[in-house]
Amino acid sequence: MQADANPCAAQPEPSALPDGPIARKEPADPHYTTWSLLESVTDPEIPVVNLREMGILRAVRQTATGLEVVITPTYSGCPAMSQMEDDVVNALSTAGVAARVLTQIAPAWSTDWMTPEGREKLRAYGIAPPHPSGCATGGTSVIQFASRKAGASAAQTVACPQCGSHNTTETSHFGSTACKALYRCLSCLEPFDYFKPY
Amino acid sequence: MAAHFQDYLLHLADNAVILGQRNAQWCGHGPVLEEDLALANNSLDLIGQARLLYQHVATMRKDGKTSEDLLAYFRDVPEFKNYTLLELPHSTALAPTGSGDRDYAVTIGRNFLYSALMVLVWEALKGSSDAQLAAIAAKSLKETQYHLRHARDWMLRLGDGTAESHAKMQAAINHLMPYTQEFFAPSPMETAVVKSGLGVDTRQLQATWNQLVDEALVEATLQRPAAGGYVTTGKTGVHSEHLGFVLAEMQSLARAHPEAVW
Repeated sequence: MQADANPCAAQPEPSALPDGPIARKEPADPHYTTWSLLESVTDPEIPVVNLREMGILRAVRQTATGLEVVITPTYSGCPAMSQMEDDVVNALSTAGVAARVLTQIAPAWSTDWMTPEGREKLRAYGIAPPHPSGCATGGTSVIQFASRKAGASAAQTVACPQCGSHNTTETSHFGSTACKALYRCLSCLEPFDYFKPY
Repeated sequence: MAAHFQDYLLHLADNAVILGQRNAQWCGHGPVLEEDLALANNSLDLIGQARLLYQHVATMRKDGKTSEDLLAYFRDVPEFKNYTLLELPHSTALAPTGSGDRDYAVTIGRNFLYSALMVLVWEALKGSSDAQLAAIAAKSLKETQYHLRHARDWMLRLGDGTAESHAKMQAAINHLMPYTQEFFAPSPMETAVVKSGLGVDTRQLQATWNQLVDEALVEATLQRPAAGGYVTTGKTGVHSEHLGFVLAEMQSLARAHPEAVW
């Protein structure tokens, strides 16, 4: 592993990383202290969920050159990524833990890696959590369209995070950030964000 | 081979960065607020994809000076390898004079035609023999599926909308379709990377692309024009007169203040 080049370049085999949500670590974990410190590092755009709950924090491991924290980017263009990297380093160095951050893109982040408590926090914050993503289930179909004339209701409904109603409608595919769509509840009339499956 | 592969990565990156720059021209000028946000988010994804690809090239060159910024901001027109389609102004006019000529139907039509290609390209590139390109493809595919859905949805609304929106959408498709011939025209760099298993042969994707396009056009009540005439050559570095203006806008700050940080 080369330490000088850009962090996206050196990719250990993807199977070295977990492919799914990561539960809170037990005290027996060799890097329990580091994991615990990182519980306080949240997504800058959604400050109620931490990086582990978002599925962004993938691993803490000891390497020949020191402690390494592996994170994975969400959307390719997400402007919050470098902020998260800095936040990880700061949270650890404040506590006297020296570590470097490796940003690794494979396997590709999926909203299926969000933890159940992370999803619940999103809902409580007013963001409808994502449905399971088609990609992560190993589907081979590139894309499918429901005919508009056959009724857009063929798509899965999104429950309003305020009142729980499924009587909601999409206002826009893209909302306040790349990862969210804008919805409106037809029961309580509140607009809300829906975290899109990725 | 290494040179061909780097050219191929630059081709993919330049496609993304130039369309990202074009779509970002709607930022603050979108026809409605939701579309303003959608196009800005679309641009963020594209520029993010370009960054990953440029970083990959920079790492491969190992010359200590190539960086993503150098590749994006300090190359000139003949070094860019994007499809000509992606550098065209948002207009059906042959010589548009400014933002007043901006036509959202062209933006939507172009995003549709390109995204329909790229969902197929990224899907195929997940099997590239280059692990990093395969990883970039897996991420980019997820984003491009949303871009295609967005563009297709709007093409349907505009095509199957009012008489005026239909006429504008049809004019946009008529204007753009000839440029799509470049998607499937062979080039030395592509021939080389297909042979080595690093890249994808777009001609093998053409039938599926045609199907995606035809289904959407029929649903949008639009006619598919014959795509004849001149085949553009942007991917080999021979561009239209429009790319220079795009680069001037995109590169001027970095060139005025090299190495600037904030």
